[in-house]
Amino acid sequence: MSQAIEERVRSIIADQLGVAEEQVKPESKFIEDLGADSLDIVELIMAMEEEFETEIPDDEAEKIRNVNDVISFLKNNV
Amino acid sequence: MTRRVVITGLGLVCPVGNTVETAWSDLIAGRSGIDTVQSWCEKKWANECLGVTVGGEVKNFNPEDFVEPKKDVRRMGRFIHFAMAASQEAWLMAGLPDKLSDEDGNRAGCVLGVGMIGMDVFTDNYDALKERGPRRVSAFFIPGTISNLAPAQVAIRRNLRADNWAVVSACAAGTHAIGEAFTKIQSGRSDLMLCGGAESAMHPVAVAGFNSMHALCASKNNDPTRASRPFDKTRDGFVMGEGAGVLVLEELEYAKKRSANIIAEVVGYGSSCDANHITAPAAEGEGAQRAMRQALQSAGLKPSDVVYVNAHGTSTPINDKFETQAIKGVFGEHAYKLKISSTKSMTGHLLGAAGGIEGVFTAMSIKTNMMPPTINLDHPDPDCDLDYIANHARAGEVSVAMSNSFGFGGANAVVIMKKFS
Repeated sequence: MSQAIEERVRSIIADQLGVAEEQVKPESKFIEDLGADSLDIVELIMAMEEEFETEIPDDEAEKIRNVNDVISFLKNNV
Repeated sequence: MTRRVVITGLGLVCPVGNTVETAWSDLIAGRSGIDTVQSWCEKKWANECLGVTVGGEVKNFNPEDFVEPKKDVRRMGRFIHFAMAASQEAWLMAGLPDKLSDEDGNRAGCVLGVGMIGMDVFTDNYDALKERGPRRVSAFFIPGTISNLAPAQVAIRRNLRADNWAVVSACAAGTHAIGEAFTKIQSGRSDLMLCGGAESAMHPVAVAGFNSMHALCASKNNDPTRASRPFDKTRDGFVMGEGAGVLVLEELEYAKKRSANIIAEVVGYGSSCDANHITAPAAEGEGAQRAMRQALQSAGLKPSDVVYVNAHGTSTPINDKFETQAIKGVFGEHAYKLKISSTKSMTGHLLGAAGGIEGVFTAMSIKTNMMPPTINLDHPDPDCDLDYIANHARAGEVSVAMSNSFGFGGANAVVIMKKFS
């Protein structure tokens, strides 16, 4: 189940940021490693909310720096 | 000492072709890019279909070819994609480096005419707001929609660090942008300017709005290529189109120093307002006359110097009649010697981008000594009795050419180009 979450997250990130899925590792930082800017991150969080039918509050969203941060939040809240 | 302004690059994406070469070839052959817009035929709006189902769509266009990184495609409305594509073609034709240095960039700008906004991004997000709530409005809604992001994205791509803004004067915007860019270089503010127009507003709400005003041709849904028929007696409205046209303008010495290929010279610019009505032009094209006269005066040319006029020629009953009167008012007897054509007969009306692509066509007429036809001119109108190059392109020396664009609100813009010597 948790692997399914990780796969879906990586797939969405790869699609939104136009990078290969192999490049999207748990420790990949959105800005430094995956070429995202702050607007991309906002959109990514929105895409996760849509995909997993959940809400990621702004104070949680602000802490998100890398792929793992997203996966952890979803594992704990979905 | 007046600085001279030359054209060193042309680029476009439009209903008759996605490059200057393919579009020009279709224009000279008299081929229309207007067709049925399939999505307008569906009964999707309160169970009705749109009253008008013909339009000039850009075909076979992939924005990923022109946007880097590819992820940025989704942060741009379609009009910005078109601006990027047309700018790229013009930039490459001009033989400029991939990105300007900061020093060169400080003297280079981009001004594009945009009549509306990114309708696609706007309406998608408005739907998202209504259906899924405010938190589903994209962070890219604003940058993808507002008109100045077209020249801004071009500037980001090429490091253009001088003037950067959108001209908003409806259907005159593209020609205004060329004129303003011309002025910036003439005055010494810049050495290089990208200019023209970009538009993609072919959304049902815009179609419905124009149709409610009876501005569109609604009688040729079964015969799309014949819907746009400027100066024809049976004309009854314009056909919407989309696309972008961009020109690279440079100060002459700057262009010569880098051995740029010079296509033509921009020599005159006129701009006026009818101060008359929100949509209808002033009688006898009074405001248009002032813009044409101002353009001629600023170029130091006589009316009899002009060979070809790329008309505004929208295929509305009023514009084509008043534009004819305006041309006669300015040119007198010489009006009957002018070669005039409306390429909108083949491309449709690209609104804010019309002046951009028509600026490209005007420059091409000078470069190639070929003048595109007005197609669908089958029924002569006594009110429109000038030589509109009916149905077949005309060869001839084009030493001086004028491009007219007139917009809602009574905005009038005219530029004049000349063979470079």
